[in-house]
Amino acid sequence: MTWLALLGAGVGCYLLKLAGVSLPARALDHPVVERVADLIPVALLAALVAVQVFADGTRLTVDARAAGLGAAVVALLLRAPFLVVVFVAAATAGLLRLVLPGS
Amino acid sequence: MTDLDARRAVVRDSLGVGIATGLYGVSFGAVSVAAGLSVPQTCALSLVMFTGASQFAFVGVVAAGGAPLNGALTALMLGTRNTLYGLKLAPLLQLTGWRRPAAAHLVIDESTAMSVTRETRELARTGFAATGVAVFALWNLFTLIGAVAGNLIGDPRTYGLDAAVGGAFLALLWPRLADSRNRLIAVCAAAVALGVVPITAAGVPVLVAGGVALLAGVLTRSANDATEVPSR
Repeated sequence: MTWLALLGAGVGCYLLKLAGVSLPARALDHPVVERVADLIPVALLAALVAVQVFADGTRLTVDARAAGLGAAVVALLLRAPFLVVVFVAAATAGLLRLVLPGS
Repeated sequence: MTDLDARRAVVRDSLGVGIATGLYGVSFGAVSVAAGLSVPQTCALSLVMFTGASQFAFVGVVAAGGAPLNGALTALMLGTRNTLYGLKLAPLLQLTGWRRPAAAHLVIDESTAMSVTRETRELARTGFAATGVAVFALWNLFTLIGAVAGNLIGDPRTYGLDAAVGGAFLALLWPRLADSRNRLIAVCAAAVALGVVPITAAGVPVLVAGGVALLAGVLTRSANDATEVPSR
């Protein structure tokens, strides 16, 4: 099931790219289409941040992941590169769990 | 500056972007195996899907216990922006024959950004190809390294790898938050997603948030250039 979804989504993502370089430039030239396509990554990424950090199954919770996110914000404000941001988030959560087991 | 110098400069910049982007394939590989995917599955994602945000989204939904189908839908929705990049790149690069399906696979944030800003077609092609190939090679190499290393370290929570996923998504979102309308959408989407967490299966809240974007796009009036490439 995982393989099927994984390869299906992978091939689908390729076809989305291929459609872009194959369709005539005016194909999606509509303001609503452009706006929606602009907003979708913003909404999905924001939702993914929220759910990854504050959800535990179907429960909402605040644990070490929230501290990791806070550290990531600080790193981004300091203009740290991607890999540093990810590392800082992980290290903060990992250290907090060392001090407060179960967080 | 001669043509050759200009091309060399573009290749140098492209390789820099390729190395920086490829390196964070390590975090994708580690996060993916922590989510429960195998090393071959992780590598297949980087080879076949090859678009970072969609890959992180797929493993993020699976890590949260969501159905792989929900992960696939989220990945596809995030992949739609590559279609817009392609529409913008096609007239610039003038791809014909076998080059079109081959180049299509390399249409991602970074290759688009390193191409659309160039002054001539030749430099646009150079920027696109050099960035695309460099990111593809290094992203897949470092995915494998991250996945193998991730398997060796034991319980990923000890190292806070579950928190790394949230940090990765935030870093991908960050450049888009310079726009005030995007900030509003981001807050609404996050609130809606958390609001439905207790009443839906894992993976569904993110798709519901995608609905927020759809609704906002249809209802709002401001006209921005949707194909504008986020700067990093």
